[in-house]
Amino acid sequence: MAFVPPARHLLRAKDLADARYFERLDVDDMAAAAGLSRAHFSREFRRTFGESPHAYLLSRRLERAAALLRTTDRSVADVCMSVGLQSVGSFTTSFTRTYGVSPNTYRAKFPPAASHALVPTCVLRFYGRPKTARFEKTAARPAASLATDR
Amino acid sequence: MIKISNAQLWVHDQDEALAFWTEKVGMEVRADATLPELNFRWLSVGPPGQVDISIALMAIPGPPVMDEKTGKQVEELMSKGFAGTIFLATDDIKASYEELKGRGVEFTEEPSERPYGIDSAFRDPSGNSIRLAQLSDVPAA
Repeated sequence: MAFVPPARHLLRAKDLADARYFERLDVDDMAAAAGLSRAHFSREFRRTFGESPHAYLLSRRLERAAALLRTTDRSVADVCMSVGLQSVGSFTTSFTRTYGVSPNTYRAKFPPAASHALVPTCVLRFYGRPKTARFEKTAARPAASLATDR
Repeated sequence: MIKISNAQLWVHDQDEALAFWTEKVGMEVRADATLPELNFRWLSVGPPGQVDISIALMAIPGPPVMDEKTGKQVEELMSKGFAGTIFLATDDIKASYEELKGRGVEFTEEPSERPYGIDSAFRDPSGNSIRLAQLSDVPAA
């Protein structure tokens, strides 16, 4: 059997965090993907990639959360859940520590998400037409009726 | 130079499509914005690492954009699998096939050798046919 460098197993854990960050993934799952005990895995991961697996997973989630804040109009709570985090309070704290501003303040620094909607003029024309428009000809009314309306 | 920025797929339910493309296929959300004044939601996804191209997942609109009859026709074409196709490529078809199948993706064609590589196909929840291939190295024209 060919020798597989230990880092290859650690890379599986890293790939798992990159691909499935939006699930309820934790360091135990990453360790399982690498086929190592949690303590050994954490030590080796940090030695190989320069940061703890927990920090890596969190930074992946925060990076995705920042992108969602910039490009979607989802609420902060939705963004938090969308990246696999469960507590909005902890998310806000981690985000603020990382980006220097709260999620809402961060979002406010960028153009609104609607600016990412590539709505061409033809779509605007179509979608913007009033639904209630009526174009039937109005039947001519007798002069007497017009007089009563006044 | 002209490049492709977005391709478009009709979908019967944007939330279901979003879950499928992100959780099962592994794409990321590129934009998700609702324009309430137009009753329009722009939702796009794309592959991580290929940031300049996205797939817009479009709900079939009702009147006044499409009359009901046209909307039904599009819906019918889509559920028959004839409303469009997206061609995806992977470096490792075997691994991608196993991964997506493991996540419950409904494959209509298992990977098979073709003159241009190894090709397979699956469907999204709306019935759209999506091809997934490991392409051979073809010399540039």
